[in-house]
Amino acid sequence: MTYLPTSTFPALLVGVPVLLATVSLFFRPGGKALVGLTGSLLTGVLALIAFIEVTQLGTVIHILGGWEPPLGILLRMDPLAAVFIAMTAVVGVFISIYAWLYFRAQEVTTEGLPLFWPLWLFLWAGLNGLFLSNDLFNLFVTIEVIGICAVALAVLNGKTAALFAGLRYLLAAITGSMAYLFGVALLYGSTGTLDLGLLGQVLQPGTTTTFALLVITIGLMIKMAGFPFHFWLPPAHSSALAPVSALLSALVVKGAFYILLRLWVEVFGVSITYAAGQLIGLAGAIAVIWGSWQALIQTSFKLIVAHSSVAQLGYLLMIFPLLILAPGVSADSADWLSPAWTAGIYQVIAHAFAKASFFLSAGLIIMALGHDRIESLRNLVGNMRITAMAIGLAGVSLIGLPPSGGFMAKWMLLKGIFLSGQWWWAPVVLTGSLLTAGYVFMLLRLAFAPAREMDTFRPVPKSLEVVALLLALGSFLIVLPADYMIQFLESTGVFGSGIESIVEGGVYGND
Amino acid sequence: METTSILPLLILVSSLIPGTLILLLREEQVALRTFLNLSGAVAKVGLIAWVFAGYLRGEEYTFFFSLALDLTFSLRVDQLGLFFAALSAVLWLVTTLYAIGYLEGGKHRRRFFAFFSLCVTASTGIALSGNVLTFFIFYEFLTLSTYPLVVHRGTDKAVEAGRTYLWYTIGGGTVLFLGVVGLFVLAGPIYFGQTEIIADLISVYPTQLSILFFILLTGLAVKAAIFPLHGWLPVSMVAPAPVSALLHAVAVVKAGAFGIVRLVYDVYGIGVAEHMNYLNVLAVFAAFTIIYGSLRALFQDDFKKRLAYSTVSQLSYIALGVAIPGILTSTGAIVHLVHQGIMKITMFFAAGNVAETYGYKNISQLNGIGRRMPFTMGAFTIAAFGMIGLPPVAGFISKWYLGLGAVEAGSYWVVFVLLASSALNAAYFLPIVYRAWFYEPEYEVSRLRSSGRLETQALLLIPVVVTGLLSLAAGVFAAAGGSPLSIAREIAEKLYMP
Repeated sequence: MTYLPTSTFPALLVGVPVLLATVSLFFRPGGKALVGLTGSLLTGVLALIAFIEVTQLGTVIHILGGWEPPLGILLRMDPLAAVFIAMTAVVGVFISIYAWLYFRAQEVTTEGLPLFWPLWLFLWAGLNGLFLSNDLFNLFVTIEVIGICAVALAVLNGKTAALFAGLRYLLAAITGSMAYLFGVALLYGSTGTLDLGLLGQVLQPGTTTTFALLVITIGLMIKMAGFPFHFWLPPAHSSALAPVSALLSALVVKGAFYILLRLWVEVFGVSITYAAGQLIGLAGAIAVIWGSWQALIQTSFKLIVAHSSVAQLGYLLMIFPLLILAPGVSADSADWLSPAWTAGIYQVIAHAFAKASFFLSAGLIIMALGHDRIESLRNLVGNMRITAMAIGLAGVSLIGLPPSGGFMAKWMLLKGIFLSGQWWWAPVVLTGSLLTAGYVFMLLRLAFAPAREMDTFRPVPKSLEVVALLLALGSFLIVLPADYMIQFLESTGVFGSGIESIVEGGVYGND
Repeated sequence: METTSILPLLILVSSLIPGTLILLLREEQVALRTFLNLSGAVAKVGLIAWVFAGYLRGEEYTFFFSLALDLTFSLRVDQLGLFFAALSAVLWLVTTLYAIGYLEGGKHRRRFFAFFSLCVTASTGIALSGNVLTFFIFYEFLTLSTYPLVVHRGTDKAVEAGRTYLWYTIGGGTVLFLGVVGLFVLAGPIYFGQTEIIADLISVYPTQLSILFFILLTGLAVKAAIFPLHGWLPVSMVAPAPVSALLHAVAVVKAGAFGIVRLVYDVYGIGVAEHMNYLNVLAVFAAFTIIYGSLRALFQDDFKKRLAYSTVSQLSYIALGVAIPGILTSTGAIVHLVHQGIMKITMFFAAGNVAETYGYKNISQLNGIGRRMPFTMGAFTIAAFGMIGLPPVAGFISKWYLGLGAVEAGSYWVVFVLLASSALNAAYFLPIVYRAWFYEPEYEVSRLRSSGRLETQALLLIPVVVTGLLSLAAGVFAAAGGSPLSIAREIAEKLYMP
């Protein structure tokens, strides 16, 4: 561990947003926004530089204050973390620019709105910290920071609906954290270590480990709104301010998924069974169908998009059953691992771009119409051409039509499913696509119809529309560097490895 | 000889760029828009002619690049693809002219012409795709680019039709996606014409490959409007006439039919498909659709609806020809890709002209219309005779080859299907022709559009006359070199070469 090159960037990625967030607290509203935007751009640039550094040097570490583990804190930036950090940076910068323009375009500014900036920067620091953490307790701290900032952001507009939704969100977040912390305590008690790498080596199979796995998995599933713990997400994400909804859906839930993935692959291999993989895959499959169906029966733009998140996160859970290897099957011979990982990564990134774009478009529609009921979206193409284009493109990616990032994810997922022989997941993927097409086109159903007298679109700033469009385009452009990115991810780290599980009874293979 | 060249890409770009640019223009920039549109259309025809010249010299242009990971985007100009691309390019040019006249003064023309161009990009892309993945990309792109055209009018009926259209086509696309991935996993990236891959694998994975064949076929059958997956087609008649014309002649339905031709001839290979008895299933569905479509057409009074059901029927001739192995039936199937296109587009132009000039949308209103619009109805009559299968119009050639081939293959029942269908074709087209020419006009009506001494505007009249004459010429000069028939025959002969 210590021979890895050290770098200051991991520390800066957490430190800079924290510093600027703290500084901005001392400013008046106008200054807050300025400091906040500067902080966002700075963090984004730092993240991209750090990403490039990792592509050059491979995994880098930073030992905070020179205190080596187990006493001190070690930040580790491997290719997987680098990709998540870069994604957060790109999407985060777009959302920040949007937020800046969005708050300026609002006619009435509420007292609380400028607080968006410090909260968002703290949240960003938390996310970066999460991706960089290498021990279970650090992870706990970061998810707590993220959870608190996220809830505060969700209720920022002060609306009653948002407050109620925020309360539910808070309860869910706390329950999730507690479950996670309980599991961590159990593991610390039985092994005496919190370091991920070390835990993976010393963890013994047994009741304690299995129980810890169970509560940690449940805790993180609550955090990432995995079925059946998704209940808090649609109200919270749909009632928040547009840039906040975008952040929550595109980035925050991905944090919990990241930890879940890391822990399953790096730590819990000894306790994971084939059945556990199937179970979590099943939760994902139900989420895909249920979430899409729920989206299909909503009547307001933001609720449709929020329910869609439940479904899209379900696809992420569906890669877990593919990652588990039967005894005797080595990761090298399991040719479905690479497609499954690629599917996961692409689903994360494509969804981040597409969903952020959707929520930003939703904000514009509310700005123009005063509400977001879809029966009023008549003649959207005539009134808000760029937004309509953004919705269309982001929708194509969400459905998974070629040549978008979403298509890449679905293609790889299906490929992994067929190669691993677990063909029973295929109908779920396809039904999900079909239902997604259903709700995406529900949004655009009336876009070409002539407007009614009662629906008047107030003009919205073009620049805001362009931000939403750029994010939608982003969900296509991410396909282009795929070769390079997958090669980079496979160079080191956990990407591409399987979970060598303990399977009792039947062996399933690749035929 | 295969040559890597950007020519195939340029053929796509010639409509993609005008389409994209038009989206960025303002509604009032009519002249610039028309210029972009027409120069794209002319450039496409020119490029295809150029590629065709190269083809005659024995060059086969290919273009490919790695999209990402194992996904390769590949364009290849083979004979069949060129044949279909030429049809798309020529009919696009004609239909663009027609649409400029048809929509004159209408609303939202910018978005109409933009998506119109994108739609043709998709159908040429389908024609020139070199592998299954590229075909799939354009197949889906076609769905998306035609949707705005179907709902163009924006009425409640149009919105409803758009919804039906999407459920069918996206559903079909999803099924096709499953098949494409499955095929990729079992057989790798299949390039069209590499039938030896499946031929080798069929003994290893007989069940999987058979299931995949039917999955792929189902996905394609939606756009090819084979019963029971044809429901979207009559409904999407609410679109403006040029859209219906293009949709029925080259774009959507042909994409499905062309896909079936590719699937059987260039992916699985005719040998495997015959040996595994896939073709019998296809033949039964195609034959049923032929009769069913014709029967439904009999009872439509709405002019365009009758034409729509006729398309359902006529299109399955292609599938039927594919389903009966033999050089003659294959020739019939391939040549019908073009023949049906030029005949059906003539009919839709004619229906559009009548509706635009006099506002008549139903067949019962057409008494004596032939005297007022002799050129339009003359072209329609030629096309109708062709559909029925009367010599020397193009449709006769298709039916003749299909029938002859069926006899040769010993499938006598096919001859009965063809005869029954021809009788039905006559039963639903001849009354229109008779009514148009021999009934007395009931009362004098004024025209909706002023067109001087012409029977209707020149831009509406010229296309219908041109395609009508093409339908005739394709039949009369069928034996000449370079005719659709001689090219189709050449393609078919290559298929059966050992």
